[in-house]
Formats: sequence, structure tokens, C-alpha cells
Amino acid sequence: MWKILKYSTYDLLRSRWAYLYLGFFLLFTAGFLYLTGDVGKVVISLMNVILILCPLIATMFGIMYHYNSREFTELLLAQPIRRTSIFWGQFLGLAIALSTSLVLGIGIPFLLYGITHDPAIWQFMILLLNGVVLTFIFSGLAFWIGLRNDNRIRGFGLAILLWLVMAVLYDGVFLLCLIVFREYPLDSFSLFATVFNPVDLSRIMILLKLDISALMGYTGAVFQKFFGNGWGILLSTLSLLAWIAIPVAGIRYTALRKDF
Amino acid sequence: MLGSLILLAATAVVGRTWVINPVAGKAVLAKAVTKADTGDTLLINYGQYYEYGIVIDKPLTIIGIDFPEIDGQDQGEIMTVIAHHVTVEGLHFKNVGVSYLKDHSGLRIKRRSNAVVRNNKFSNTFFGIYLERVTNALVTGNEIVGVPRDEASSGNGIHAWHCEELQIEHNRVTGHRDGIYFEFVNNSTIAHNQSFGNRRYGLHFMFSDNDVYHHNKFAENGAGVAVMFSKFIDMRHNIFFHNWGRASYGLLLKEIYDATIEDNAFRQNTIAINIEGSTRITYRRNEFSRNGWAIKMAGGCLDNEITQNNFRSNTLDLVLNSHVNNNTFSGNYWSEYTGYDLDKDGVGDVPHRPVKLFSYILDRTPEAIALLRSFFVRLMNFSEKVSPAFTPANVLDHQPHMQPFNYDHLQ
Repeated sequence: MWKILKYSTYDLLRSRWAYLYLGFFLLFTAGFLYLTGDVGKVVISLMNVILILCPLIATMFGIMYHYNSREFTELLLAQPIRRTSIFWGQFLGLAIALSTSLVLGIGIPFLLYGITHDPAIWQFMILLLNGVVLTFIFSGLAFWIGLRNDNRIRGFGLAILLWLVMAVLYDGVFLLCLIVFREYPLDSFSLFATVFNPVDLSRIMILLKLDISALMGYTGAVFQKFFGNGWGILLSTLSLLAWIAIPVAGIRYTALRKDF
Repeated sequence: MLGSLILLAATAVVGRTWVINPVAGKAVLAKAVTKADTGDTLLINYGQYYEYGIVIDKPLTIIGIDFPEIDGQDQGEIMTVIAHHVTVEGLHFKNVGVSYLKDHSGLRIKRRSNAVVRNNKFSNTFFGIYLERVTNALVTGNEIVGVPRDEASSGNGIHAWHCEELQIEHNRVTGHRDGIYFEFVNNSTIAHNQSFGNRRYGLHFMFSDNDVYHHNKFAENGAGVAVMFSKFIDMRHNIFFHNWGRASYGLLLKEIYDATIEDNAFRQNTIAINIEGSTRITYRRNEFSRNGWAIKMAGGCLDNEITQNNFRSNTLDLVLNSHVNNNTFSGNYWSEYTGYDLDKDGVGDVPHRPVKLFSYILDRTPEAIALLRSFFVRLMNFSEKVSPAFTPANVLDHQPHMQPFNYDHLQ
């Protein structure tokens, strides 16, 4: 597994997409830091980008990589290597390569800016951490979708749909529920709905670390209380871990049964 | 005792001057007041005076040299003025102690007029300066520093009740419940003060009419200024900065009529102006930047005029929760405006809608704030902007300014 992980990571890190991704983040972050000079504001702007872009890129890249490396995968399958090693290795290689681009792309401009001496370092770390976690979750899910669907069109369609549901539609349904049931106490519902979706969970975790959380009034206070105590932290960490564990287990389940 | 009271000049000039030095274990100040005559001047040398309950019952001028410290040792009120024409200058009032039954203060002026309170220091005095049924008083250059406690057991920095024609100028107030509190105070001016870090409000008006406050700075208070149940209040050239917290405002207006709010700067407040039931108010040439909400208007606000203001980078520019709207918005600069100006006259050609769909929803369903800054909300606001369906159709700025007004002088 480690060998395959190593090869796919190196392979991906050398690809021009990884450079493009890295270059985009470098330019974007450096540009924002240069224009505003306010770390808090840059973190907010980056948050919007990361919450939309990381899942999208991870999903598309994941499914593309899976389909493109099919021949190599078939070659590997002919060797005496365990199937889980092959697919976990490929998935981890992909996730690590993407995360590296993300961390370097955002990290280098911030380091040059002198984030290590800035009190905003925790906001920055939370932002990076959430970006990495989202990359892992969505590339895993994409990999699993690819593995289950030999039809590429169907696979791409499902992957895009997955991203659309998690990043956009989910919030729409969430908001609709809030409006329809506004006569009822909705605090625990909104907490639950937030914890359940990794994109929303990341957004709230970042917002609560920022000044802007004061805007969130009573609901914000409920969130703050929840995420401030041990249970809340445990539960949200568990939720994020579960979102990584599900595709990892799914990949194993499908890979072991699939007839190539 | 006699050694400490030196008669300086007993000439033909009206009023003599007494110099007072501290004597351990003796109430020299109270004695001096008893000995002095109408129109005399008491010069108090630097030192520690452990006294409280000093009653000034005749017109005197009391001047401290190098801020002599009058320490009430948490026993009660330090100085009470019950005479006309009293001047108190250069003293340092200390340690009054919390009292729940009586509003003890460092210096109280009671039912008299023409008082001058100038360049004094107050520290840990529960209520700093308490003006009770006073007419025509000048309170200037005082520094009033409270010990921050919770709201219920803090006093007010400058507290005025049933007064007329006060001038409150160049004071610095911090660490109290309300920095400056006006109740039934008319025809008064509050200018060039700094009120910061107070538990509740920086400045608080209740039932006070025809007052002016200008060139003050209100920062880091529970709420900057609260104006309630008052008429004809003039608010100009003030700075409301970083009144930031879950229930914080820059300016809170409740049941206000005929007020003018001009040339103020509101920066980084959770809600810059929160308005309830306020009518005939002009908002002109104000700067709103980086607030959570710039203006939050609840029901019953009629005939307000909002013109020539800058709305820059606020999370939400305007929230209205009433369908009836006859308030006018015109000629403001909105950084959110996306229209164009083909005839190059500096005014946008399409009207601006300051109320976003999200702010409309938030007003009905506060829990929706959980979706703050999510991508869906962004999409939703955009589509509502293109074809409005929910947001009030008549809340429009028909003449949005293309360029921000230059209000840099409001620093």
C-alpha cells in the first residue's frame, strides 16, 4: 500500500493539474493578503473559496484520476497485491497530493506575511485543517463513486450531483426547513443539520473562530456553547472522521467484491 | 488644626483664600468648609484626605493642587453640593463603595445652579458625578474611571436627573454602567467626550428633549448610545467604534421624534443603528463601514429620511421588518450596488435595493443565521436581486451614488 501511495502521490504532484491548483491558491492568497492586509478578512474570503472549491476540485479530480488510471489499476490488479492496498493507496495518494497543493498554496503566502507572529494563527490553522479534511472526504467519496460505476458519464454525473447536494442544495433544504418550522424551537435542529454536513460544519467552525460570530446572535451563542464543550468537539470530530471513514470502508467493500 | 488652615489674604477683595494641608486622623476639609465664608476659595494641597460626607453649603471655589486624593474608604458619598455657584476643580475622588439603596457618588450637586466641575479625577466612585435638579452646570475635563462590575452593581459615570442647560465637555468616562446618563434633562450639550468600555451604554438619554451631542467618541461599550423616549435630539460628528458583541449596538433609537443624525461615523459595530418606533428623523452624511448590520429598522418607523450616507462593506446594509414603508432612501453610496452610470452624472441609472433576501428571511427566522456566508445564501440573494419577489418592492434608492462620498474628516 505504501509503495502505491508513494507512486500515485509523486505521479499526481508532478502533474500539471496539481501545479495549476497550487498556482491558483498561491496567486489568490498572495493577492488578497497584498490587497487587504487584514488576516481576518483574508481568512473569510478564503473560507468561501475553500468551502466551495476544495470539495469541487477533490470530487472532479478524484473521479477523473480514477478513470484515467484504470489501465494502470488493471495492471496492478494482475500482480499479487491486495486490492484494498491498491485502492486505498491510490485514494490516499490523491488526497495527499491535493492537500499538499492546498497547504503550500495558502501556507506560503501566509508564512511570508508573518502569520507565525499573528494572533490570527488559530483562525488560519482551522481554515487549513478544514480544507484538508474536506479534500479527504470528497476525494474519497469520488473514488468510491468511480469504483462503483464503470460508466464514466454516470460516474461524473453522480460525482457532480454529490458536490451540488453537499455544497449547495443541502443548505437550501436546511433553510426551507427553518422557514417552514419557524414556530418551533430550531436550535437543536440547526445544530444537528450543521454537524451532519461536513461543508456546513467546516463553515461554522471557521466562523466561530472569527470576530464575525458576534453577528450570529442567540443561535451563534448556542453554537458557541456546543462547539466550546467537550461533547461538541468530540461529536463534530467524530462526524468529520465518519465522513472520511465511510468512503474508505465503501472503497474496501466495493473493491473486494467487484469483478474487473 | 489651626496650623493647617492658613489665612492667606483678607483684603478688600471679596472672598478670601484658604490653604489646606492634610492632617492625619482629622477631617480638615469639612472643618475648612465650615470656617469659610461665601465666595471664599479653598486651595487644597496634595495629600491623602480620608473623608466622606463633606457638604458644601455656601458658594465656594474649591481647587486642588496636584490632585489631592479624597478617599471615601468605601464608606459613602464624598462631597455633596447644596449651594449655588460652586466650583470644584482639580480634586481626585476615590473609593465611594457600592450602595444599592442610595446612589452614592463621588460628587453630587443637588437642586442648585451655576456649578462648575472642572478637571477632576474620579476612581472607583460608584456614581462619578451626580447632578440632581441642577440648572446651568459645566462639567468639563474630568476623568472618571470605574471598576468594572456587573451591570446591576455599577453606577453611571456622569448621571443627570431633572436638569436644564448642562454642558458636558471633554470628559473621559470608562468602566461604568452608563458612561453618561440623562434622564429628564433638557436644552443641554454633550461635546468632545470619550466614553468607552462601559457595561451598558456609552451615553444614555431617557425622556430628554432638545439636547445636542457632538464630537464624542463611543467605543467598546455594551452599546454606544441609547436614545429613548426623547424629542429633538441633535447628533453630529460622533464616532461609534467597535461596539461589538452579541447584543451590541452603535446607536439605539427607541421612540424618538424629530431627531437629526448627521456626519457621524459608525465603524465595526454589530448593529450600527437599531431603530424602533422612531419618526421624522434625518440621517445625513454618515459613514457606515464594516458593521454587521448598518441599519436595522423595526416597526413603527415613519417619515425617516436617509440620504448621502456611505454604506461600505457591511454584512447587511438594511433590515426592515415592516411592509409599510414611507421612509425615503436617496442619494446614498452603497458598496453593494452593481448598477451602471451611462450618462456619467455620478448617479446610478438603475435603482438600488438595499434589502437582501437573506436579511428578509433572517428577520422572520433568526435561526437562519446558521447559514451566514454559505454559498446557497449567496445564490439566493443574487437571484432575488435579479427578480425581486419577497423583499419590499418600494424600498429603493433611486439615485444611488456611484462613488463613495469623502467622509475622511470624520476620523
